[in-house]
Amino acid sequence: MSDALDVQNITVAYQESTVLENADFSVPQGKLVGIVGPNGAGKSTLLKAVLDLVPKLHGRAVFFGEELKKVRSRIGYVPQRGEVDWDFPTSALDVVTMGRYGHVGLFRRPRKHDKEKAYECLKELGMEQYAKRQIRELSGGQQQRVFLARAMAQDASLYIMDEPFAGVDAKTERAIILLMQKWKQENKTIIVVHHDLQTAQEYFDWMILLNKHVVAQGPTEEVFTKEKLQETYGGQLAFLESSSSEKAGNPS
Amino acid sequence: MIQDWLSLLGSPNLRWVLLGTMFLGMASGIVGSFVLLRKESLVGEAMSHAALPGVCLGFLVAGRELPALMTGAAVFGLISLWGIRVIHRHSKLKQDTAIGLILSVFFGLGIVLLTMITNSPAGNKSGLDSYIFGQAASMVPSDVWMMSSIAILVTAAALLFFKEWKLVIFDPLFAGGLGWKTKTLNSVLSLSIVLIVTAGIQAVGIILMSALIITPAIAARYWTDRLGVMVILASVIGAFSGVTGTLISAVDGGIPTGPVVVLTATVIFFLSFLFAPKRGKLAQVLAHRQFRRRWKKQQALKALGSVPGTAASKYESWQKALGAKNNEAKKLWNWLKKNRYFM
Repeated sequence: MSDALDVQNITVAYQESTVLENADFSVPQGKLVGIVGPNGAGKSTLLKAVLDLVPKLHGRAVFFGEELKKVRSRIGYVPQRGEVDWDFPTSALDVVTMGRYGHVGLFRRPRKHDKEKAYECLKELGMEQYAKRQIRELSGGQQQRVFLARAMAQDASLYIMDEPFAGVDAKTERAIILLMQKWKQENKTIIVVHHDLQTAQEYFDWMILLNKHVVAQGPTEEVFTKEKLQETYGGQLAFLESSSSEKAGNPS
Repeated sequence: MIQDWLSLLGSPNLRWVLLGTMFLGMASGIVGSFVLLRKESLVGEAMSHAALPGVCLGFLVAGRELPALMTGAAVFGLISLWGIRVIHRHSKLKQDTAIGLILSVFFGLGIVLLTMITNSPAGNKSGLDSYIFGQAASMVPSDVWMMSSIAILVTAAALLFFKEWKLVIFDPLFAGGLGWKTKTLNSVLSLSIVLIVTAGIQAVGIILMSALIITPAIAARYWTDRLGVMVILASVIGAFSGVTGTLISAVDGGIPTGPVVVLTATVIFFLSFLFAPKRGKLAQVLAHRQFRRRWKKQQALKALGSVPGTAASKYESWQKALGAKNNEAKKLWNWLKKNRYFM
């Protein structure tokens, strides 16, 4: 079985500095993967580079042994919540229906069963009573659940999520974890950029430690060690350990 | 006045012009909705100002032929768009700075060219200055035909790209993740703005054309939280403004069309701003007032509970607990009494 994602020597530079250097790792299918590293480690950039959303200086990404173009419909991407305009005139159900756009195709309208599918996904995340709500009127956690429902509506086999836990309430955090575990049982692969070291070990069974380059990769029990974290975070780790109790669950 | 209008409506040319400006306003409102949501209201402004030197050059090359003037406007609209992008990308300047720069430079160039033309013997009767503020009634059938075709084309593009523009504007990263060509989709929208600005230069005028794009969309946004409804409302408001502007300026030939169109649209915006449900100012003020009243009543009840004794004689200790002034306290006390919270 080919790897869900094989990243080969990806380097990304903005203007005159590299944000990602020779990132090289692979993710087997059916894993729940955390990409962990300090601020500015290039975690979000890595996701964007892999999905061709930012230009790469060098390197490539292979999905299920194929080029990205051929497997787009099998990949679901959940961008950071802060990157969209929540004042946009649209409803929760409408946003989830956007998850069907890849199946609907260009220049066609979503059909009835696309809307039904979207509604089911909202329901699965306990959001059905908010279906008609304008998205600005939702709380941060509810907005994140809408994003998750949209990913669900995509029916992908690989999910790539950028900080889904950032600034959400406990209920939403639990809902996200449950959904990810359900996906894993369906042998889907989930790759998550994550900020909170406290919960990382508990959530993920596979981990990639990143600080501009890949420091370590593999099963969590092998990777999540003090030495390797020290190497990833450098001097920041001591600070993280002492202050994490107050920062837990509230990564910026 | 009414007789003037009735006799005007009898004129077949004006009827065509009205139909044309209706299409123009409709397409402007539709495109404007997307432009507003893309937070590029000022780009249309820059584009329309940049069209002036284009119109002048078109005149110098081919004389007062609408196709030539339109081509000039479109070319300069595109140049201004490209200029804004280049400045924004290759310098540390923000987009609004780049827009300000491009807008003023091109408009300056336009005024220089315009003055040269109007001072020349061939140019002083050119009527080119009517392109600045628009004169819809001066349009001949072929002009109307051209304007309407462009407006209908742009409307068709918006219908075709509705779902695509929506997602690209709302969540460009997700759209990119689907493999959509987000740059191309954005360019088609930008091109639509150029086209509609170009179409409107004769009827509404260069300077105020951008207002016909943005104002109906802003007004429409107040009434709805759904993009489809917003686009339809904006198109109706745009069409109404276009037709009204044309009619009023046709009655009094001295008033250019553009300003009347913009004033009409702005009146509708202002009414929306005041009276729209939920988002409108009045609705918000009323909602807040209601909330304040409810909150005060709750406080009054709480204070009543905190004061020992049951008789109406405890007014003073109650007022002290509530911390309200005499007038207000009396009102709340009467409310408590009326609702039999105490005997």
